[in-house]
Amino acid sequence: MTGALIAGIAAGLLAAVLHFAFVQSYILLGEQYETGELVHFQTPADHATEDHAAADQHDHGSHEHGDEPSVLQRNALTVGFTVLLYVAYGMLLTAGFAIASQFGRKITATEGALWGLAGFVAFQMAPGMGLAPELPGSAAADLTARQIWWWSTVVATGGGLALLAYGRSILTVVAGIVLLALPHVIGAPLLDAYYGYAPTEVGAIFSSRVLGVGLAVWVVLGWLAGRQWDRGAAA
Amino acid sequence: MTTTTQTKTQSLLAPILGMAVIGLTVLLAVGHAQSATLHDAAHDMRHATGFPCH
Repeated sequence: MTGALIAGIAAGLLAAVLHFAFVQSYILLGEQYETGELVHFQTPADHATEDHAAADQHDHGSHEHGDEPSVLQRNALTVGFTVLLYVAYGMLLTAGFAIASQFGRKITATEGALWGLAGFVAFQMAPGMGLAPELPGSAAADLTARQIWWWSTVVATGGGLALLAYGRSILTVVAGIVLLALPHVIGAPLLDAYYGYAPTEVGAIFSSRVLGVGLAVWVVLGWLAGRQWDRGAAA
Repeated sequence: MTTTTQTKTQSLLAPILGMAVIGLTVLLAVGHAQSATLHDAAHDMRHATGFPCH
């Protein structure tokens, strides 16, 4: 339990640093399109202003308005919730370690990093292949339907990876592959027409960065949680 | 010997289950709960970690 907390807090803080280094400026830029402060398809001169908007936002927060919560408060909440999220992921990973140990598997830092990789695939990569990380100002299908698909995909992918990693027969391999493929064969809830306000270029780099940051943090989380588990088990 | 193993397994079941339940509850609250306050507070994190947001 303590090991999961330590690993989760450390990974969460790393996630927060990477978030503000690579992701936050694009959320703010997307919101400028969402609120209509910026409009896609403007004159070239206006576009030149857009190009610098992300950097300006990141460096100075110069476009914040007085009636919104302060930048400090908003960012502090982001740090807090990011840490909470990775503590939750750390606890789920550690619960997984405990179950694997019951079956005689020895969990080390290296094995933990592999679990982290699998966690990234189950919680971010596979859901992201149907529901790309959403930039503010982009459009998406019904929220409840998306949340159901998100959870189903996480469970199917996690189960599929576990079967592939720990299964010992051809049947478990086949079942694992079917579970991995199933959510994508069924397909995520999508829109009939696209009407997002934000430019596709901004959404694309945002999604890439979200996945890149997620991969880095998940591997670190798994490595740390595995190391903590190994130490606790050895003591 | 068998009895000892069973007791050990049972005593570990509760903490494993407890940790999984707490982890899932926190995940639901920070990532998926639709209360306006939670949504606004967790907004940037939800977008940045691939949760379906609004």
